[in-house]
Amino acid sequence: MGVEGIGARVTRKEDKRFLTGKGRYTDDMTVPGMKYAYFVRSPYAHAKIRNIDATAAKAMPGVIDVLDGKQLQADGIGNLICGWMIHSKDGTPMKMGAWHPLAVDTVRYVGDAIAIVVADSSGEARDAAEAVVVDYEQLPAVVEAVAALASGAPQIHPEAPGNLIFDWQIGEPDAVDKAIATAAHVTEIEILNNRLSPNPMEPRATLGIYDTAEDHYTCYTTSQNPHVARLVMSAFYNVAPENKLRVIAPDVGGGFGSKIYIYPEEIICLWASKKTGVPVKWTSDRTEAFLTDAHGRDHVSKVKMAFDANNRITALKVDTIANLGAYMSLFSSAVPTYLYATLLSGQYDIPAIHANVRTVYTNTVPVDAYRGAGRPEATYLLERTMETAARELGVSPAELRRANFIRTFPHQTPVIMNYDAGDYEASLNAAMQAADWAGFAARRSQSEAKGKKRGIGMSCYIEACGIAPSAAVGSLGAGVGLWESAEVRVNAVGTIEVLTGSHSHGQGHETTFAQLVAGRLGVPIESINIVHGDTDKVQMGMGTYGSRSGAVGMSAVVKALDKVEAKAKKIAAHLMEASEEDIVIENGELKVAGTDKSVPWFQVALASYTAHNLPSGMEPGLKETAFYDPSNFTFPAGCYIAEVEIDPDTGETDIVQFVAADDFGNIINPMIVEGQVHGGIAQGIGQALLESVQYDENGQLLTASYMDYAMPRADDLPSFKLSHQNTPCPGNPLGIKGCGEAGAIGSPPALINAITDAIGHNKLTMPATPMKVWQALHPAH
Amino acid sequence: MTKVTLTVNGRAMSGECEDRTLLVHFIREKLGLTGTHVGCDTTQCGACVVHMDGHSVKSCSILAVQASGSTITTIEGLAGQGELHPVQAAFKEHHGLQCGFCTPGMVMTAVDLINREGGTLTEETVRAGLEGNICRCTGYHNIVKAILAADAEMAGSRQAAE
Repeated sequence: MGVEGIGARVTRKEDKRFLTGKGRYTDDMTVPGMKYAYFVRSPYAHAKIRNIDATAAKAMPGVIDVLDGKQLQADGIGNLICGWMIHSKDGTPMKMGAWHPLAVDTVRYVGDAIAIVVADSSGEARDAAEAVVVDYEQLPAVVEAVAALASGAPQIHPEAPGNLIFDWQIGEPDAVDKAIATAAHVTEIEILNNRLSPNPMEPRATLGIYDTAEDHYTCYTTSQNPHVARLVMSAFYNVAPENKLRVIAPDVGGGFGSKIYIYPEEIICLWASKKTGVPVKWTSDRTEAFLTDAHGRDHVSKVKMAFDANNRITALKVDTIANLGAYMSLFSSAVPTYLYATLLSGQYDIPAIHANVRTVYTNTVPVDAYRGAGRPEATYLLERTMETAARELGVSPAELRRANFIRTFPHQTPVIMNYDAGDYEASLNAAMQAADWAGFAARRSQSEAKGKKRGIGMSCYIEACGIAPSAAVGSLGAGVGLWESAEVRVNAVGTIEVLTGSHSHGQGHETTFAQLVAGRLGVPIESINIVHGDTDKVQMGMGTYGSRSGAVGMSAVVKALDKVEAKAKKIAAHLMEASEEDIVIENGELKVAGTDKSVPWFQVALASYTAHNLPSGMEPGLKETAFYDPSNFTFPAGCYIAEVEIDPDTGETDIVQFVAADDFGNIINPMIVEGQVHGGIAQGIGQALLESVQYDENGQLLTASYMDYAMPRADDLPSFKLSHQNTPCPGNPLGIKGCGEAGAIGSPPALINAITDAIGHNKLTMPATPMKVWQALHPAH
Repeated sequence: MTKVTLTVNGRAMSGECEDRTLLVHFIREKLGLTGTHVGCDTTQCGACVVHMDGHSVKSCSILAVQASGSTITTIEGLAGQGELHPVQAAFKEHHGLQCGFCTPGMVMTAVDLINREGGTLTEETVRAGLEGNICRCTGYHNIVKAILAADAEMAGSRQAAE
């Protein structure tokens, strides 16, 4: 038993159960009488439903029932919503088309759910689903955002003429146009940000249990934010009032954003459990995951960056079209607006910025946040533009960045954000040194001697995490506040439970949150349990996404600990007949400073519950709750460098080194932070080199399996060189900035800058597959 | 329905299943050993790797009836109750897991890799050996480190025993 506080490389408390097969994921749950669901899904990207005939399916072996969208609608279950209101620049609200959990009269993407089959076994449910006869009237489909905006494109929702959801802007268009007109140099570039599928290794699953006697629902689900799921299912989908609905997100096998949203299946399984009288479990297979999990990215942008004669940026103009898919997912509207355009200043002092964003319906699965959510798109755009500008201006990429870095804080950008702390040059210098940038020319010569092409590229990213000050996001259209809650319960024997609204699905909260408490109180980490993911245990919370658990979730724990400590000090002072101000907490004891008098932590806890000898008027017990609402976003930043060697005969890219230098503010557990960066970089490399969701022109998903969608595998990746240059965040009590998304944000432009450096021109889009790189090297073919 | 009999983690077990039932579903649903996971439907991800008669196999690529009569080790049976196999211990020590979902398959693959090529493994051969297992969380960096560390430790133990 050791005391392991903040900053220690503590191995994870949760590991043993995962390593021994004792993790409890949603699909591992079984309850008496449980039956299995399978969904009938649209094989067409766009069609009218003329008729659904389930007669034959209902007669098949093991089938309990087949239920469709008209029944769901008749029972008053509501439509799915987008929880962030965006207004177009003409003042009109975004045009949200109806999203029925089960399609009623129209299907709008391949995979759109039409009916649920409940049967004794999953095999029988699947067999019966194939026997449901749906009479479709096929309609023309459109899958590309630009094509969906063209005149004459198929109309997807009657609510959104021309498929335009909103036409939004931020910044100063006149100032930007003026700066561009008078610039010494203007760099123009078109940027494509490829569409990705998040692919947590655990497919989505849900188990809906309706208790007739209590008129109560329990929902086990693969969620990053079970409390938000309960709130939305209760307030908007009319599944049940909150006190009649318990949502449990047990062990969850990765999320990366895709498990933030409330999907149709959770709602339908709860409803189906009531309709059929049996608990109903649904587990997605991987094909369904590709078809129905919200995708990420999918932007097309035009960029102009203006420079003065000293290579200082004078303005940035961005015009983006974002594909939101067939329906507006829960936070879909926020991703290409406030999570994207507000980061377009990057690490640079840019006097004027204007971004225009049009979001568009297409006949594809909904698009929402995926690791980084808007910030990878902003960073890719900006860092590809900076690299291109450096080449055009004939200066080194580092020199151009240095000339434009923000160097004083706080810094107000022209696009809302107020950066609180950072040292961008420190990360740039550390990365260049770690990568031996100075030795690159010699390495390139060696590669050339072998007939290989070698390139090096950098990316200086910034992101906004710690999402977010509730009043600020409320004023920008968010439907919820983005605080976090914590409850610290000290048991009578001094052991501690910390209840948090954050949710761990790989991030290691059971360890890092316990480190915070162990460090504060000086008690063994083994005596602390972290409780999360159950709405019956934790009162309310906003969940885990946007790298917010440390900066927001742990800050709530700090606030609750402050209250617990204050009360414990009062009790200790009373027991030792000392002044409360003289009590200090160290090494599991409450001491009178400057004396040898002390009482052990457990004794204070016990005294609070026996209540035999408490200060006059004090309530028994030692348990405190706190809500923490951040005062600002946090701003992790850093510099990533990729070096690649390309075989010109095959187009294959070998990543010979990858360097990350990050500023995450204070770090709770370096081992866990490094793991987050490794995983993020792997996803960023996946985007840059391997991954791409592809639909054909009819809206059929061509990349619906791991045979067709290239996930990064161990032999696609190098080991990574990491370092940290931390400037503590002044905005929260622990000085934390957040580290969960940086890797995925910073790495794609570093890779593409390196590859375009190697091939000698800029005509390359992600993913840079061997075929594309070969074609870029052999433009005549 | 067909009766399937297996020796699983040292114990004789049997159950009835449809002929089409995959070994992984038999292990999870009939035997209640939910440590073996299903991460895809095309035998690509490796979350379901178990050992069958001493060799790693993707338990989604074989029917339960085909496996009847064989000896199976799942993640639950890799080490004694409350103990960790050196590979499991190395994954913990080197932070070779995050969400834990791919972990059982990774560990079973790693043990098989060390059984086959122990003492000669390099970063390159470990990465090649993990080609059939997908992890979305770790970027493989710490998994590779953990396997190399476990290999070194197990080679040391073998030498000490000799």
